[in-house]
Amino acid sequence: MSKTTLAKNQLRKCPTGIKGLDEITDGGLPLGRTTLICGTAGCGKTLMGIEFLVRGILDYSESGVFMAFEETAAELTQNVASLGWDLDELTATEKLSIDYVYIDPQEIEETGDYDLEALFIRLGSAIDAIGAKRVVLDTVEVLFSGLSNTAIVRAELRRLFRWLKTKGVTAIVTGEKGENSLTRYGIEEYVSDCVIRLDHRLYEDISTRKLQIVKYRGSSHGTNDYPFLINSDGITVLPITSVGLDHTVTHERISSGIERLDTMLGGEGYFRGSSILITGTAGTGKTTLAAHFAEATCRRGERCLYFAFEEAPQQIIRNMQSVGINLPEFVNQGLLRYQARRPTAYGLEMHLVQIHSLIQEFQPTVVIIDPMSNLTMGGTLLQAKAFLFRLIDLLKSQQITVFLTNLIQGGMPVEQTEIGVSSLMDTWLEVRFVESNGERNRVFFILKSRGMEHSNQVRELKLTKQGVELVDVYLGEGMVLTGTARRIQEEKEKAVNLTRKQEFERKRRDFARQKAIIQSQITALQAQLEREEEDIEQMMQQEQSHQDNLQQNRVAIAQLRQADLIQGNE
Amino acid sequence: MFNLSSINYPVFLIMETLQEIGNQASGFWQLRLYVAGQTPKSIKAFANLKKICEEHLNGQYHIEVIDLLENPQLAKGDKIVAIPTLVRKLPPPLKQIIGDLSNTEKVLVGLDLRRETEQI
Repeated sequence: MSKTTLAKNQLRKCPTGIKGLDEITDGGLPLGRTTLICGTAGCGKTLMGIEFLVRGILDYSESGVFMAFEETAAELTQNVASLGWDLDELTATEKLSIDYVYIDPQEIEETGDYDLEALFIRLGSAIDAIGAKRVVLDTVEVLFSGLSNTAIVRAELRRLFRWLKTKGVTAIVTGEKGENSLTRYGIEEYVSDCVIRLDHRLYEDISTRKLQIVKYRGSSHGTNDYPFLINSDGITVLPITSVGLDHTVTHERISSGIERLDTMLGGEGYFRGSSILITGTAGTGKTTLAAHFAEATCRRGERCLYFAFEEAPQQIIRNMQSVGINLPEFVNQGLLRYQARRPTAYGLEMHLVQIHSLIQEFQPTVVIIDPMSNLTMGGTLLQAKAFLFRLIDLLKSQQITVFLTNLIQGGMPVEQTEIGVSSLMDTWLEVRFVESNGERNRVFFILKSRGMEHSNQVRELKLTKQGVELVDVYLGEGMVLTGTARRIQEEKEKAVNLTRKQEFERKRRDFARQKAIIQSQITALQAQLEREEEDIEQMMQQEQSHQDNLQQNRVAIAQLRQADLIQGNE
Repeated sequence: MFNLSSINYPVFLIMETLQEIGNQASGFWQLRLYVAGQTPKSIKAFANLKKICEEHLNGQYHIEVIDLLENPQLAKGDKIVAIPTLVRKLPPPLKQIIGDLSNTEKVLVGLDLRRETEQI
């Protein structure tokens, strides 16, 4: 509700259709009024004027009149043909009218009073002929150099801008930058509604185009210097400050491309839309880790945009094939795109605009920047930091996962980035060389990973023909060992184990033997016992038979003696 | 005095004095005066022009008055920006004199009837 009332009270806008400009101006140029675009030579004033008309025709079905004071229609047509705009066709279909106003002071003599009614008539008839809603006057200040009576020119320009308002057209007038004023002849005086300044600046030999809205009566607008870019699509303005910290987040996890690393990161990998930083000294395998991530992204059928600031794409592709990562197939499928630029190719702002427009065009889910440490070459440290802040905000706002590599110079304190943006990172991995026993080995660990369980363990990073392999380091006896030392220690341990095993075997065999001996002794004793028992038995039998014999003898004797007593005793 | 208001617009040709058109192109003056309606400036310009032609061109001229309010498309052809503008179509080269032609000397110089150096 409040929004609609606000819109009603606000100035009505005419969208320019120029990428980014409408966001900065909160909807476009003031409708039915005149906007002044001023700037130095070659800063893109004319192009912005033409784009305003062409976009108006193509995107908003509003025809336009271009009144050129400096270039002929043929020249203009030729100049913008590379942007894919066919002014001839637009003119032929009566959507565009180009009027070249030629004023040569050599041919003109002035005497007495005059006015510029003819200019008004020309413009008026062109507007009426095609029903134009948009008008561009480029560069109207030529009138001052063509005509000597500046008092008349001033008065007539003032009248012209008023007249344009009554015609109900949204107009752009362009003006060359003056010494101490926005325009050489101070025509900003007459344009009170909206003034846009374009600039073309050099910083340490790197040029950046900037746009600033100096004035916009009756409307809120961004006041910063906004970088803009002229490329094959026309003008792109980057509304940097429109990026905030209120982006949505997701719980979705995506694989890092290395199984073991996923395990270390709570088993599932990175968060989608998070920022991942990998730091390490030269040659620690940062690019390889990036390539793994790119490969995993493409395997899921998602698009990955790879900004290579150091190596040529072909070189990266070749090198990655040596560790078993096959990237060409994804490049061919259009899932992986390399963008190789030297950081010094142009200013950081321009890089940001480039990245911005590429992201819009390619719609990746993962962006890799390899390496970010080089970016300081394209600007100061502060600029580089601001650049990364804005870049990361921009990517996060679109839920694009960003993977940055950062080179740590030898001798620099580790766990620190040159640019000092580590606090911006959600996940921070580090690969470090450990030098011992005459060799260097890579150790890998997770410094931090926001919002997920992650391993605190150090792993050894090995580059094999099958890519990165994370192996356990030797832990035990109060030592952490990697590489050959780890192998030696492991071998040593194996040997100790073997000896112990052999000892045990021996003892076991001894016992078995002992047992056998005892067993046999038991058997012998048993036999002895049996023999003893047999003897006793025999003795007892002999005794019995002896006793029996004795008895029989006695009975026999008694019988012989015929004794009665013995019988009675029985 | 010629009264402009009595003339019928749109385009009108005034063959004021067309005495035997000179065989030499340079001897004949073809002039075109661009106006936008009957403004005081236009009337003044025409009057001044007429007077100068009468005095200096000895009848060897032809003035064409074009009202851009009626024929706006004609402005483009002769690259007209200001009103009033006098265009010397003949003799070549093409010359433009803008203003109400109140400075006779300047008009004469502009029409190549008098060289500035001669004046000094």
